Amino acid sequence: MTTPQQVAKGDRLPESSVSITRTDLVRYAGASGDFNPIHHSESFAHEVGLPDVIAHGMLTMALATRLVTDWVGDPGRIVEHGVRFTRPVVVPDDGKGATVELSGKVADVAEDGTAKVNITAKCADQGVLGGAYAVVRL
Amino acid sequence: MPLDEGFIGREYPPSSPYEVGREKIREFADAIKDDSPLYRDTEAAKAAGYQDVIAPPTFAMRLSVLAQEAVVGDEQLGLDYSRVVHGHQAFRHHRPIRAGDVLVAVAHVDDIKARAGNDFLTVRAEIGTVEGEPVCTATSTLVARGTAEEGEQS
Repeated sequence: MTTPQQVAKGDRLPESSVSITRTDLVRYAGASGDFNPIHHSESFAHEVGLPDVIAHGMLTMALATRLVTDWVGDPGRIVEHGVRFTRPVVVPDDGKGATVELSGKVADVAEDGTAKVNITAKCADQGVLGGAYAVVRL
Repeated sequence: MPLDEGFIGREYPPSSPYEVGREKIREFADAIKDDSPLYRDTEAAKAAGYQDVIAPPTFAMRLSVLAQEAVVGDEQLGLDYSRVVHGHQAFRHHRPIRAGDVLVAVAHVDDIKARAGNDFLTVRAEIGTVEGEPVCTATSTLVARGTAEEGEQS
């Protein structure tokens, strides 16, 4: 568990790298109830102008959130978090899928015992989330 | 035709009650590859001060989507859901969602604007227990691509 005394502006969170395969997308569809075919049907994805099947934005957001909840040790300490979905995570049907690289940096430590973390999520060296942040109770 | 800005401020009837189950939380945690014991082990959750296992923060989207169904299904608003992409998402958690919660969500239209031919619809879902305890405020911006164009392009 982190404590307020240990956390300072500019601290970097432990980075994480998560692979997402088509099977993971099917599992997330079932768990979340989001069965939009852009997340499982290549032909549908092509019809709407996407290069291939893409990951659920909310799955990427969940991975970004986990970077922070793992760091703070208790997911119940997350107060607020937000992201813009700026670029889709394309998941090819090649057995390897996509890899999302996550990093975070403490942007602010407030007097009320909360910290704001700015999060970066990249896939194939390109950012996939914009303005991603989380506020946690330390 | 752009969406009617007169819908800003509209509140929709609450979603049907959703009971949060332990196994649903576990299934969701597995799907987001998050191995925290607080999602799976009641004793670990109690040791951390919770009454029961808690749900991952983005589990709240489940309730947000239930609330949005009222907006998406409003024929007077006329959102073309087949053109919708998720532009932005934020959550403010008043407390973690936990197993045994029976939740309802109320959708509010916070903003509508048209920009570059796209409609931007911001829907806030106020999620709480059936007893009235606030649990989470979830705000989503839905972008309907190409729906705000006025007739033929010159």
